[in-house]
Amino acid sequence: MKIKTISRVEEDYTRERKSDALRVHRNLAPELRPMGRATEYKRALNATKLDKVFAKPFAGQMSGHADGVLCMAKSPASLTELVSGAADGEIRVWDVPSLKTVRVLKGHRGACRGVSASNDGGAVVSCGDDATIRLWTMPKAGMGEMNDPTRKIPVLETSEMYVESNGFRDCDAHWGKKEFATAGANVQVWSMERSHALHTFEWGSDTVLSVRYNPVETDIFASCGSDRSIALYDVRMQTPLKKIIMQTKSTKLCWNPMEAFNFTVANEDTNLYSYDMRKLDIATCVHKDFVSAVMDIDYSPTGREFVAGSYDRTVRMFDYNAGHSKDCYHTKRMQRVFCTRFSMDGSYVFSASDDMNVRCWKADASAQMGTLSAREKRKHAYNASLKDRFKHMPEIRRIANHHHVPKAIHKQTKLRRTMQEAETRKAKRRVAHAAPGAEKKEFKPARKKKILAEVE
Amino acid sequence: MNAEAVARRQKKYDKDLRERAKKYRVGERVSSKHVSDKKVRATLRESQNLADEAATAAATHEKWLASEEPGVLEADEGERTYQYQQRDIVNNVDVNAAKKAFDLDVPGTGRYYVDYSQNGRELLLGSSEGALSMMEWQRHYMISETDARETVKDVKFLHNEQFYAAAQDKYTYIYDKRGLEVHCLNDHMHVNKLTFLPKHFLLCSIGNQGILRWQDTTYGKIVAQYRTKLGECNAMTHSNYNAVVHCGHKNGTVTLWSPNQGTSLVKMLCHRGTVRGVAIDNGGKYMVTSGSDGQVKVWDLRTYMPVHAYYSAQPSDHIQISQRGMLAVGWGSTVQIWKDALSTKQNSPYMKHQFSHGQKINSMKFCPYDDVLGVGHTRGFTSLLIPGAGEPNFDTFVANPYETKGQRREQEVARLLDKLPSETIQLDPDAVGKLRAVPKEVQAERRQQAIEAELSSRKAQRDKNEEKTKMKGKNRTSKRYRKKQLNVIDDKKLAKMEAKRLREAGITEKRGGVAAPGSTAGAASSAPYAPEGTSKALRRFYK
Repeated sequence: MKIKTISRVEEDYTRERKSDALRVHRNLAPELRPMGRATEYKRALNATKLDKVFAKPFAGQMSGHADGVLCMAKSPASLTELVSGAADGEIRVWDVPSLKTVRVLKGHRGACRGVSASNDGGAVVSCGDDATIRLWTMPKAGMGEMNDPTRKIPVLETSEMYVESNGFRDCDAHWGKKEFATAGANVQVWSMERSHALHTFEWGSDTVLSVRYNPVETDIFASCGSDRSIALYDVRMQTPLKKIIMQTKSTKLCWNPMEAFNFTVANEDTNLYSYDMRKLDIATCVHKDFVSAVMDIDYSPTGREFVAGSYDRTVRMFDYNAGHSKDCYHTKRMQRVFCTRFSMDGSYVFSASDDMNVRCWKADASAQMGTLSAREKRKHAYNASLKDRFKHMPEIRRIANHHHVPKAIHKQTKLRRTMQEAETRKAKRRVAHAAPGAEKKEFKPARKKKILAEVE
Repeated sequence: MNAEAVARRQKKYDKDLRERAKKYRVGERVSSKHVSDKKVRATLRESQNLADEAATAAATHEKWLASEEPGVLEADEGERTYQYQQRDIVNNVDVNAAKKAFDLDVPGTGRYYVDYSQNGRELLLGSSEGALSMMEWQRHYMISETDARETVKDVKFLHNEQFYAAAQDKYTYIYDKRGLEVHCLNDHMHVNKLTFLPKHFLLCSIGNQGILRWQDTTYGKIVAQYRTKLGECNAMTHSNYNAVVHCGHKNGTVTLWSPNQGTSLVKMLCHRGTVRGVAIDNGGKYMVTSGSDGQVKVWDLRTYMPVHAYYSAQPSDHIQISQRGMLAVGWGSTVQIWKDALSTKQNSPYMKHQFSHGQKINSMKFCPYDDVLGVGHTRGFTSLLIPGAGEPNFDTFVANPYETKGQRREQEVARLLDKLPSETIQLDPDAVGKLRAVPKEVQAERRQQAIEAELSSRKAQRDKNEEKTKMKGKNRTSKRYRKKQLNVIDDKKLAKMEAKRLREAGITEKRGGVAAPGSTAGAASSAPYAPEGTSKALRRFYK
């Protein structure tokens, strides 16, 4: 007789002392976990709901400006530095972790329209309505200075200054060289060592609103003009490359840092348009959801998402290829948003608005901040994959897509949707009921509709 | 060891892993070759690889870490395993295991009903005379004892050992671990059988009235109650695989129920005569029924067809299947254990146990994660050792026989978070959370139907409009004047009629040529012919 039965000795399965770790035994057999799919669905649903419960995106605000904040710059060399320029010409350098001003830079006599930090983080270039460009050395806080409660904020007034005859709207520092570009009456490229522009690009006589260097092909840059154009330039060639005219004005532009042939423009028609610079006759994606002009856009360093701010007093987060926003940030006190920036680690976003504040938000509204334990990380990863797996289920989709927005915006959205539907319906009917033999009216997709012309 | 031997060993190892991994593979393998979209193809391939990886990881875990082997009982030459008595088994196993076989001999206290908690640590006994007791049976430690003071007809643990339900004379009651009555479920009247769906937290009952009820034990609401309309029911169980409840009825049918449908999902005619016992295996593939016709039948729950049938000496009232698929059949004072009897037809039982005469079996239950069959009978309770019945490797996060208080509390919260809504109970548990693809033909048909509906509604509207008596505007002055003018025939009209007649006759009137008689109005008839190129406005001054 050969016999063996299950015979567990309790000591082998329990801990000796209370301070010992509990023993974990696993048996991964599927029979022990019946209805696995339903359980996973339930977990995905719970995770989606918890995301909404924990969605507290507001991280802090930086107040100190005495006028609306018009522009911001992040330093590519430092996570903690942020520079902002206000409508009274004052520039402030912030220490983000303490939400305090490091230095005030005074010099501009009109509104400061553009600031940009050089690639090494050592210099700040600013320009404004007073037709001057100023070059500042990036000020640093002294050791322990930010912790001193009795500290008075030092004011700096020394800068190099280049004077031009027309006001400036924007500036952007080169990603490699000691150069920067300005937008104003025309587009100019400057060296930080010379007081005269290296190149001047003119195309038409309208004001240029924004200029951005490509982060990979660093000699290429793009601009938005008040003639509703988006233009591409190459510094190595003395002439502009390409230009498209849209139906409405684009305010700001940002390159996707990971796929640097793609860029997204913030348009005054409440949408954002993503373009491939090689194929400008059609947008790759139209990002909708705002109800008023979009004022600024900035990509996350990962290139997978971007943040945009609008005149409708909201900040929205978008996936780089999504037609609708994945989150919407707003507070009662936040006014028209003029500028938005992603932090260099991609975990925070900043918004500068008319109410003289710079606000700091979490890039993922429900993200758990601080150091995560390995178990927490695993749990988050598990939840993320479950949410991804069941994202098409109606209940989960409904909860995930729901965002609370101010009533005014909610109403406006509804109204806009009605108008949009009516317009589409009409366009379709026009095509369908065109008289036989009449010139066939083409039904243009939204990605193409707003592009009027492409100019070489 | 030379390279060749290493390679051979590796090959063998890989093959072993592949074999083991089959069990753990979630979902069917889908070929991504036919998918034309690049992104979808890549996603599909990636998810397939992930599922493979997970299966291999689980197989590796099983190979190296799930170290406990299941129990075995093999006979010597010339002997059969069913010849061994419990005495022989107890004498041959180690001391620790031998302690698990015991007998609670309490004659004259009624018939005993048995239930084990989900981790197999606690044992619950209820006697028909009303004694309810809970114990940690391995330690021989009585946790609580209480007297219901009326007949107890079934006992059942709820989600953990903290609560249990007892079907009593009239109502069903919930007791806590200390034996205190917590709730009286007066909806559950005259209940004969209780079962608990642990994933859904549903207590399910059926009794003399043949009404099946599901009650949510988290917030106390009756989720559903349906009349089976098949009379008194004494055989009920639920499937671990899909949480569907199976009831055996007096007319020989077994019906399958979900709380989402007022009628049975499936109705199977299983026996000639009353169905006395129903049991379902852990994987939900086989159902075993016993009937008054003395047969024990095995059914395939995927096809609802009989697989094979066994005879019992007497009609058996008690059927149980263990975690590893052992079948226990009890009648009178005899218990038979059959091994591998579900998938293949066996000729002889694996084990037998005969209680003393007059000791009638009343209830049986296999202890989870242990090689033990608990039998409640008219003289108390007996714990039998059945080598190979239970799953040797438990999972701390599923059911832990050695769980601490903290672990139990955490487990309770985790289970409540994962509690499935009763709406998910259906025959195919994997259908939950799936998007149902609508076939192209059905899509086309629906589209066609929609178009037809649209057209017919339009036509109806048009007909309705035409039926309307249009009175509005009929009496307008201009309308009345125009109507009057219809019958007035003047020169202009005559000319038009003439022109029409000529046109039909094939004669075309040329501008500037001879005017047809009567084609011009009176005064202008003596006017000269219009010269070539005269504008329309001036033509009335000419012929």
